[in-house]
Amino acid sequence: MNIQINQMTTAMSRIAIGCAVALLAACGQSTSTANTASAPGITASEIKIGSTQPLTGPAAPGYSEIAPAANAYFQYVNAHGGVFGRKITYDYLDDGYNPTTTSSATRKLVLQDKVFAMFNALGTPTHLAVVDYLNTEKVPDLFVASGCNCWNDPSTHPYTFGWQTDYTIEGKILGQYINQSLSGKKVGYFYQNDEFGLDGVKGLDQQLTSVASRQNYVPTNTNVTPQISALQASGAQVVVSFSIPAFTALALLTAAKLHYNPIWVVSNVGSDVPTLTGLLTKFSNGAVGGQLLTGMVTDAYLPLVTDASNPWIALFKHIQPTPWDGNVLYGMAAAYTFVQAIKAAGQNPTRAGLVHALETTKLTGGPGLAPYGYSSSNHLGFLGVQVAKIGADGSATTVGPVYTSSDSGPINQYSGTPATPPSNGIPS
Amino acid sequence: MRVSVFKWRSLLTPTLSRHLGLALAAFIVLLVLSSQIGAYDDYNLAAIAIFVIATTGLNLLTGVNGQLSLGHGALMAVGAYSTSLLLRGHDLPLILVLPASLTAAALVGAVFGVAAARLRGPYLAGATLALAVGLPQIATRYSHVFGGEEGLTVAPQVAPAWLGADFPPERWIAWIAIAAALITMVLLGNLLQSSVGRRFKAVRDHEAAAALAGINVARTQVVAFVVSAACAGLAGSLFAYWAGLTAPAGFGVALSLQLVSAIVIGGLGSLSGAVWGSIVLVFVPALTGGMASSLNLPSAVGNNLPLLIYGAVLVVAMLVVPYGIDGGLRRLFALARARWAGAASNHKGVVDWDDPAGG
Repeated sequence: MNIQINQMTTAMSRIAIGCAVALLAACGQSTSTANTASAPGITASEIKIGSTQPLTGPAAPGYSEIAPAANAYFQYVNAHGGVFGRKITYDYLDDGYNPTTTSSATRKLVLQDKVFAMFNALGTPTHLAVVDYLNTEKVPDLFVASGCNCWNDPSTHPYTFGWQTDYTIEGKILGQYINQSLSGKKVGYFYQNDEFGLDGVKGLDQQLTSVASRQNYVPTNTNVTPQISALQASGAQVVVSFSIPAFTALALLTAAKLHYNPIWVVSNVGSDVPTLTGLLTKFSNGAVGGQLLTGMVTDAYLPLVTDASNPWIALFKHIQPTPWDGNVLYGMAAAYTFVQAIKAAGQNPTRAGLVHALETTKLTGGPGLAPYGYSSSNHLGFLGVQVAKIGADGSATTVGPVYTSSDSGPINQYSGTPATPPSNGIPS
Repeated sequence: MRVSVFKWRSLLTPTLSRHLGLALAAFIVLLVLSSQIGAYDDYNLAAIAIFVIATTGLNLLTGVNGQLSLGHGALMAVGAYSTSLLLRGHDLPLILVLPASLTAAALVGAVFGVAAARLRGPYLAGATLALAVGLPQIATRYSHVFGGEEGLTVAPQVAPAWLGADFPPERWIAWIAIAAALITMVLLGNLLQSSVGRRFKAVRDHEAAAALAGINVARTQVVAFVVSAACAGLAGSLFAYWAGLTAPAGFGVALSLQLVSAIVIGGLGSLSGAVWGSIVLVFVPALTGGMASSLNLPSAVGNNLPLLIYGAVLVVAMLVVPYGIDGGLRRLFALARARWAGAASNHKGVVDWDDPAGG
């Protein structure tokens, strides 16, 4: 494998010299070794990847923007010469957030459409349905769109890799912030009663010693008044919320109705300002909007979506100006990491070669605030987050440094500097 | 001794031998077909066979006995969860798991059937709908037993070694499902030709007349519900093996409504109607599924296109073939035969179980 990579680097430097004055698009054609159909889904001119996404159904609002945004980035890469001259075809199917549909759609992608790899398949319950199948079939299962730590299991699921910071690490870093900056205040929890919320609580509990009240919700019941009342009655001055956007909005509205004004600390998944502002306006029939978000504490593993001066935001916004929100940023950033990974796997990648490249090439220079954690013993994506605060105008500002951690290890301050994207916006 | 001889002879009635012969021929044709197609087509073929089991059962209840059920998805869930729970931590053979799951669903069906026998029309629809909405919630409420939203995984069935190492597991589950579907159809076909089947129809057509003829209406309705629930349970059990997972989202109200729409599109009250309906149920979403990304439509349009097409197929089917695909085909055959014979036909395409040839 090392020999292959060496050959590849030599080939690449040769191309780089050859193309110094030529247009980037011509680059693909001038490679010294020919493109071969090295694996299922790979031809001389195409890389076919697949995904399952909630394009319709309860999880569609917001999340349905992710795959089109990722596709917009792939189209951008294709228009600028592709990957070793190959165009990326992104075949994403709707599963309506129904694990049974995920199961059959994934088989369609693998057996009929013959995709090279799965990319960014969305959801914890949905993807749990197919993770065994994909690993039995030895299909690379990259960058599952869920922060469950279940994707980090290289011994049972060697082909599966997570991407976003896992919820336990997120909980730990939020818990540390509360200990440091909101010490002495009574803390309550509000969380979704599944892997997502429970993983977050696991992280919080490692940091916080006393909790005034623990309230959970199920996504099928939109009445959260009992839970919010209980938090109010417990005297909690800080409420940590591991909730999806719709339930963050419901919790904020219910609290406002009860004249209950704690400091809200909301996990990344449930804190996207544009999404929340829309939901608050819709649920209250226009009575309130983004003003309820003022002072909210959250965290980020990607540049802040409202920070127009950030070069990553500028790049992604240039590729797709509208719609623009956290979901679009998420999809494009994940697509960027995929292009990094597939380039690392060489000119004629195989399925096992892609996994090997991710485990051995130390991927750097991505859009994340924290570094990637990929290694042969670790299939986690970003290792940490930075705490952020929402201001009165809806824009977020980061608070303190980026912290990294693992599910059980200590929290460390990250000293690396954030990467900037290459000038053409495509990983080299 | 004389009794046993008599029974043997009754097993070889023309009806049974005809049904068995047809089933055997269909089995051989389908095995050959499934060996020629790709693994994903086998996977869809298995889905069709599984839905055939559920829809023939539902067609018996709704089309033959006249009781509408909007809750058969929940009965499938009973079968699927029974299978998943039986297989959790045990490596039981399929041949034991299928009948056990079938029995579990039949028991739930019996309890619910007693209540259903007292209800008519919209009240029965409402009660069965409540079953469809309520039952999957139990899985989320008692998540330590039923695995909550994530559900319970089921290890896929591995094909026996003598079929070769390259034999796709999708083809194996397709063979199992096809065999189960054909056995179900033979058994139900015979049941409907028997006095039990005639009682079902008598109760559907006129309850008072049936009661006057000495038929216990309520008991007949409960029997129909139990048989139908057993079919749903068997389908649910196979569904768990097929999907590799049993989760509440897989057994929502939508599934129950899909089953009803399948028997209506296919043809109420006929076995072949259930087959047509199941084919539509599996193939329309499979064919339209990739459109969102393959056509360059705005995502708001593209994402909803498969649902739109499915809806359009339902509407067009109801307009063009109001008696279902099966009724439409019978009508075509009747018209063709009438033209062949040069005589006018008054055949309306109504499916009559007693006279499937249509005369």
